[in-house]
Amino acid sequence: MAGYSDPGFDTLALHAGASPDPATGARAVPIHLTTSFVFESSEHAQSLFNLERAGHVYSRISNPTNAVLEQRVAALEGGIGAITVASGQAALHLSVATLMGAGSHIVASTALYGGSQNLLHYTMRRFGIDTTFVKPGDIDGWRAAVRPNTKLFFGETVGNPGLDVLDIPTVSAIAHEASVPLLVDSTLTSPWLMKPFEHGADLVYHSATKFLSGHGTVIGGIVVDAGSFDWAGAHAKTGKFAELAEPYDGFHNMVFTEESTVGAFLLRARREGLRDFGACMSPHTAWLILQGVETLPLRMAQHMRNTQKVVEFLAGNSFVSRVGHPMLDTHPSHALAQKLLPRGAGSVFSFDLKGNRDQGKKFVETLKIFSHLANVGDCRSLVIHPASTTHFRMTDEALAAGGITQGTIRLSIGLEDADDLIDDLKRALKAAEKLA
Amino acid sequence: MQFTVNGHTTYCYTGGKPLDAAKPTVVFIHGALGDHSVWILQSRYFANHGWNVLAPDLPGHSRSDGAPPASVAAAADFTVALIRAAGLGAVALVGHSFGSLIALEVAAREPALVNQLVLIGTAFPMKVSDALLEGSVNSPVKTMEMVNVFSRATLAAPPSFLGPGTWVYGGSLALAKRVFAHNTSANVFHASFKACNDYLGGEAAMAQVQCPVLFILGAVDQMTPPKAAQGLVKLAQGRAAPTKVVTVNSGHHQMTEAPEETLAALRGFLSP
Repeated sequence: MAGYSDPGFDTLALHAGASPDPATGARAVPIHLTTSFVFESSEHAQSLFNLERAGHVYSRISNPTNAVLEQRVAALEGGIGAITVASGQAALHLSVATLMGAGSHIVASTALYGGSQNLLHYTMRRFGIDTTFVKPGDIDGWRAAVRPNTKLFFGETVGNPGLDVLDIPTVSAIAHEASVPLLVDSTLTSPWLMKPFEHGADLVYHSATKFLSGHGTVIGGIVVDAGSFDWAGAHAKTGKFAELAEPYDGFHNMVFTEESTVGAFLLRARREGLRDFGACMSPHTAWLILQGVETLPLRMAQHMRNTQKVVEFLAGNSFVSRVGHPMLDTHPSHALAQKLLPRGAGSVFSFDLKGNRDQGKKFVETLKIFSHLANVGDCRSLVIHPASTTHFRMTDEALAAGGITQGTIRLSIGLEDADDLIDDLKRALKAAEKLA
Repeated sequence: MQFTVNGHTTYCYTGGKPLDAAKPTVVFIHGALGDHSVWILQSRYFANHGWNVLAPDLPGHSRSDGAPPASVAAAADFTVALIRAAGLGAVALVGHSFGSLIALEVAAREPALVNQLVLIGTAFPMKVSDALLEGSVNSPVKTMEMVNVFSRATLAAPPSFLGPGTWVYGGSLALAKRVFAHNTSANVFHASFKACNDYLGGEAAMAQVQCPVLFILGAVDQMTPPKAAQGLVKLAQGRAAPTKVVTVNSGHHQMTEAPEETLAALRGFLSP
C-alpha cells in the first residue's frame, strides 16, 4: 500500500484494519464468534495477561472482528486506536469512568442527546461526578465553568435538538488551557462530515447504531483516541489524571502514561473499563457495523444530497414556520457550519409546523415513506413528533424551554429518492393543515 | 526510572521493575521522533522474563532533558554514559533506525560494554533525501506525515502496541508529533535525520564490533530497505562472532507492524 500520501477516506473505509484472512483466504472480514482464544502455552498466556504481547484472550476485552472495526474507525477519524462498546451510552460512560472518579467535575454542552444528559445530570452525579452545563455557543461560559476538579469538556459536533455547531477549535483551546481534554460525540456527523481531531478534540465517540452502521440493525458504540492529549503533562501540572499517570494497583501497578506516551487512555479504558464494566460489543454487531462503514462515504453523500433538497422544500412551504438546519443562513450556527462542516451539518434536523399537537400527530400519521420511530441515522427516512412521543408529558412551557413547540417534527433523512420524500412530506403537510 | 547523564535528567522505562545487578541487561535505543514507548511490547516482555530493561528517551526527547544528539557520535557518547551510570556491566544493545546506528557505534567504541547487538531497520549509509532534510526544518508536520507513509507497509497490522484495536499508522504519527512539539527549544526531527545522513562511520564501526549481531529487517521497509543493510550484513558476517539476519513482514516499524515476529527474533537471539 505504500505510496506518497496518506490513504484516502474511501480507501480506509474499505481496507483499514483488514486484509484477506491468512487462514482461509476469505476476503470479507470473518465474524469471530468465540468467547475465548487458545493460548500457545502457559508462558504465552501470562505474557498476554501482562501486556507483554498483544493478542486476544477473551472477547469481553478484545476480539479480532471488533479489532478490525476499531482500527477502521480510528483510521477514518485520524486517531491512534479505538474501543468498541455495547452502545453510544456505554462509550460515554467508558470515557468518563476512565478519566475520573467521585469528586470530579465535567463541563458539558446543554445541547446533548437526552440519554447523555440523563447520564451526566442524574446518574453520574449519584456516583459523585458533577456536571456544569453550558450553552455550546457561550464561550465565556465554558471558561467560567472550569473548577479545580474539572476533568473533561464534552459536547456534540452538532447539538440536540437545534443543531448548534460546537466551536471545537475554541472550546478545545479553553479545555487545554485548563489542562483537560475535549470529548466530542460525533454521532450525527460521522467522520465523513467532520473529523473533530483536526479541530482540536482529544477523544471522539459515536453511537455506531446510527450512521456508522447505517441500516438500523444493531446497537453499538465506539470511542476513539487522538493520542494528542498530554495526560502526563497535565498530571504534573495539576495533579489530575492520576488514573493514567500514577501506578494502578488494579493492573500490576502499571503507569499507563509510561507504558505509552500517546495511548494511556486506551490502555486503561480497555484493561479496566471493558474488564470491570463489561459493556462489550458482540463480534456479530461489529461485523454488521463494518458492513455499514464500508459504504459510509457513499451513504453520507446521498444523505446530504437528499437533506439539501428536503430542507429547501420545507423552507419554502407556507405551513412550516421554521427549519432548523445550519445550511440555512437563518440558522445561528450557519457561519460556523460553513467553516467546520463544509460537506454539510448532517441529515437529522427539526422543523416546526404552524400547528398544534394534534396537527403534529396528523402529520406523522399521514407519512408513508418516513417511519415513525425513535432512532436516527438509518438508511431509511425517519420521523418523530416529540410533543406526542418522547416529550408527551411536558407542558408547553417546558417544551419551549427545550426549544420544542407542539408542532416540532424531527426528521432523519434517508437514502430514498428525494422526490418521493418530498411528495410524502407534501401530502402530510396538507393533511395536517386541513385538520385546523 | 531517572538517571543523571552528562548533567541532564534521563528517563528510562524499566518495565516497572527495579534494576537487579544479578540479572542481564538489555538496552533499547529508539529512532528519530520516537521515545521509549516504541518498545512497549518488547521491553515489557524482557522486563518480565529475567532481564533488566533500560529503554531511555534520548536527550531532548519526551521525558529526558538536554539537547537532542546532533550526531551518531554524540548519541553514542550519551548511551555509553547511560550504561555506565546504570552500573550494570555489559549489556545487550538493541537499536531501531537512527537508534541502530547509535547502538552500532557504541558496540564499536566500547566492546567491553556490549555483549550482544541487535540492529533493527538499519542501513548504511542511512542517507536522508535533501527534500526530507529541508522539510524537517521548513514544514516538519507535513514531512512527518510523508515519513509516516514511507514507514508503513500495511493498513491491517496485527494487534500492536496498545493491543487489539491499535491503528499503528496513526499511533506513530501521533508520537512523532508529540515528541516534536514537546521540545520547544530544538528541532529533534531535523537533528536526528541530519545525524543519520551525516554518519560516515558505519563500516568502520562494524569492523570493530566483537559481539554477536542480529539484524531484524522489514521485508517491505521503504525507509531502510533490506538491500541497504547488506553492506553491514556482509561485514558482520566476515567477523569471528556470530551474525544472524531475520526478515520480518513489515515496513520500517518492525516493532509495531510485526511485534510477534520481532519478539521471536529477539528471543531467539538474546541470551543472558
